[in-house]
Amino acid sequence: MSLQVVTANRLGDGLVVFLTADGGWSENIDDARIAEGKEAADALLAEASAPELDVVIVGPYLIDVEQQDGGLVPTKYREVLRTKGPSVREDLGYQAV
Amino acid sequence: MAIVKNDSVIEQDWITVDAEGDLPSSDENLIVPLARFKEERDTLLGRNGGLGVQLNPGDAPEDLADDLDRLSIITVNFPAYTDGRGYSYGRVLRERMGFKGELRAIGDVLRDQILYMHRCGFDSYDLKVDGETALTKVRAALKEMSVYYQPTGDGRATAQSLRERRRATLG
Amino acid sequence: MYRYDDFDRQLVQERTEQFREQVKRRLAGDITEEQFRPLRLMNGVYLQLHAYMLRVAIPYGTLRADQLRELGGIARKYDKGYGHFTTRQNIQYNWPKLDEIPDALLDLANVEMHAIQTSGNCIRNTTTDQYAGAAADEIEDPRPYCELIRQWSTFHPEFTYLPRKFKIAVTGSPNDRAAVKVHDIGLRMHQNDAGETGFEVIVGGGLGRTPFVGKTIRDFIGKNDLFSYLEAILRVYNRFGRRDNKYKARIKILVHEEGIEKIRDLVEEEWAQIKDGSLRVGDEEIAHYIAQFTPPAFEALSDDDADFEVHKAANRRFFNWVRSNVIAHKQPGYAIANVSLKPIGGIPGDATDTQMELVADLSEKYSFGDVRVTHEQNLVLPHVKKADLFALWTALDAAGLGTANLGYVTDIISCPGLDYCALATARSIPLSQRISERFGDLERQHDIGELKIKISGCINACGHHHVGHIGILGLDKRGKEFYQITLGGDASQDAAIGKIAGAGFSEAEVVDAIESLVTKYIDIRESGERFIDTYRRVGMDPFKEVLYGDR
Repeated sequence: MSLQVVTANRLGDGLVVFLTADGGWSENIDDARIAEGKEAADALLAEASAPELDVVIVGPYLIDVEQQDGGLVPTKYREVLRTKGPSVREDLGYQAV
Repeated sequence: MAIVKNDSVIEQDWITVDAEGDLPSSDENLIVPLARFKEERDTLLGRNGGLGVQLNPGDAPEDLADDLDRLSIITVNFPAYTDGRGYSYGRVLRERMGFKGELRAIGDVLRDQILYMHRCGFDSYDLKVDGETALTKVRAALKEMSVYYQPTGDGRATAQSLRERRRATLG
Repeated sequence: MYRYDDFDRQLVQERTEQFREQVKRRLAGDITEEQFRPLRLMNGVYLQLHAYMLRVAIPYGTLRADQLRELGGIARKYDKGYGHFTTRQNIQYNWPKLDEIPDALLDLANVEMHAIQTSGNCIRNTTTDQYAGAAADEIEDPRPYCELIRQWSTFHPEFTYLPRKFKIAVTGSPNDRAAVKVHDIGLRMHQNDAGETGFEVIVGGGLGRTPFVGKTIRDFIGKNDLFSYLEAILRVYNRFGRRDNKYKARIKILVHEEGIEKIRDLVEEEWAQIKDGSLRVGDEEIAHYIAQFTPPAFEALSDDDADFEVHKAANRRFFNWVRSNVIAHKQPGYAIANVSLKPIGGIPGDATDTQMELVADLSEKYSFGDVRVTHEQNLVLPHVKKADLFALWTALDAAGLGTANLGYVTDIISCPGLDYCALATARSIPLSQRISERFGDLERQHDIGELKIKISGCINACGHHHVGHIGILGLDKRGKEFYQITLGGDASQDAAIGKIAGAGFSEAEVVDAIESLVTKYIDIRESGERFIDTYRRVGMDPFKEVLYGDR
């Protein structure tokens, strides 16, 4: 069963965030609420797409993730980059912290 | 829904009909799509009520060349604000064809496009909000900028004309 | 250089306030993201992979020292200490916060700059020859006309919601350094039989997923008539350009589908009705703009400078830099100095805040405070005394800006690619870095000679791969990056769209593939041939063979 989480960019600073278990948004993918299966994923995206969140985040969408070493890693390289920062500037983005 | 014209909210006293279907009684003020106007021109011009035409994207305003003085209003439909064809229709109607009647923007008419519409010759705006809100939006939009580079038919002085005037004054 | 007057200043300030209000309305929830998106885009604000991105316009690639210094300051104050110069002679910041962008725009407005129309389906920043006003081969400085185009196109009420974006490029020289044939409209200055200077008008060029070299719609349009003619083209495009499919919405598709003859008829018919109207620009007004770009106060010098020759003879690295990066100036005793933003293994087009400030300082000291940005992502100090070149190079070199590689195989155009861009399908910067390192040896680069490698990280072709002598397009193949090679592209007056060599290469294979192409060229070139010349002589097959063998 594929695992998915919802990601978006935060309205104020544009940084990458993930929908968490308590309905908040975290910069750390490991805090993300995981949906297993299509139904759960649809429900998760529906929650993230609520009109009132339009003033919190921009452009929520689902991404596929895998459990690795106790953490979550996106399956697509594009999304891996979003959890880290530019591969050509390892001093910038979340990877720098 | 509210229509703003000349700094006030005006009544909607026009009935817009589709491409097909019966026409209302002869006394009603009527707006018909261009295609229908072309098909039923003589019938429509023979009615008692006022007549207007709606232009949709892809229509040619030039098709109205012979009948402009018989039309009290032309509405230009912006089905999505991103479809900018109506701006060209406005300028062609006003600046080239000399249309003097009401030129109304309908459809996806949003605050941030109103100034551009005004510059292209529109003088009324059909907004999907209540009257007071519509009036506030139109007023705010029309005074947001005060410098204009392009000469259009709206009569606003361009930066260039003001510069020339100043150079002339300074001798 | 053009200075804003009170009208220009007021317009940009009002725009900044307008955007501040729009941001406020967005953050308060008065307008949705859907409604806000086109508004922010028309102020150069994108949402990219990691954060917002702000694209600032550098009109026709010309900067004053104080403007470049401010660009450095903005990099420090609102970003992470660097900016990226783009193939459209603009600069991009990668990390600004939405609620701080209005302040950044105000700082820009204070140095007569803005981010207006750097995105959106409107007329974008006009680009031109980076050597305008300095080049020895120039007919006339194109920038007065570029400035007039800037004003005509800024907030044009009729052309702000076009079918798609619209790019205009101008060259004042027969040697086209502005790639005018691959723009929506390209303007090439030349003289007609009557000896008047005007423009050849080229339409429908472009890159992206359907590349075309533009076609001539009019051999000659006089300067007074240029603006009404542009308006006629834009009106025809706005009315008749396709809006049903965004990939078929550029004017190149209209020209391709309808044919240049039909488009010409429509434009001429439209133009006939407006040419004597208020867009006709009088000689006096043109003279006013030409006066804004009068050449700086050059000293009367001999073209030979003894010290310069001594330094060249004594310092091999300086000699090398002069050999590749210094170009003839129209004024005796002066030269055009190119500042490479392509250090070996570096990120093409990136400059730090302090590098920008240094170049600003050096331009004041050595180049009349005049700096240019090139579509090949480098900077230029256009008016340097030969006698000052050594001191200039010494200062540049100390700041990592003295790389001697202009036009060489390591002077690579690269879009930001998947490292930053939300649209990208593959990374392009790391590939450019690896190619640069592979060919890092300077004598080898010099031996290879002019070779333009251009890399795009997706089909939208911001890295101009279609017009690279060697073009590289990064794609996504089942979750893996792979790279397609095109050969024979050219952005110059001999513009050509490159042809796809064959199947793509994996990230691991592609640098070897490029090297095999270069080795083949060295093997078969005739005396004086550049890579592109050899390709034109022998065609694709010999190169295909080294890439694929019997495959």
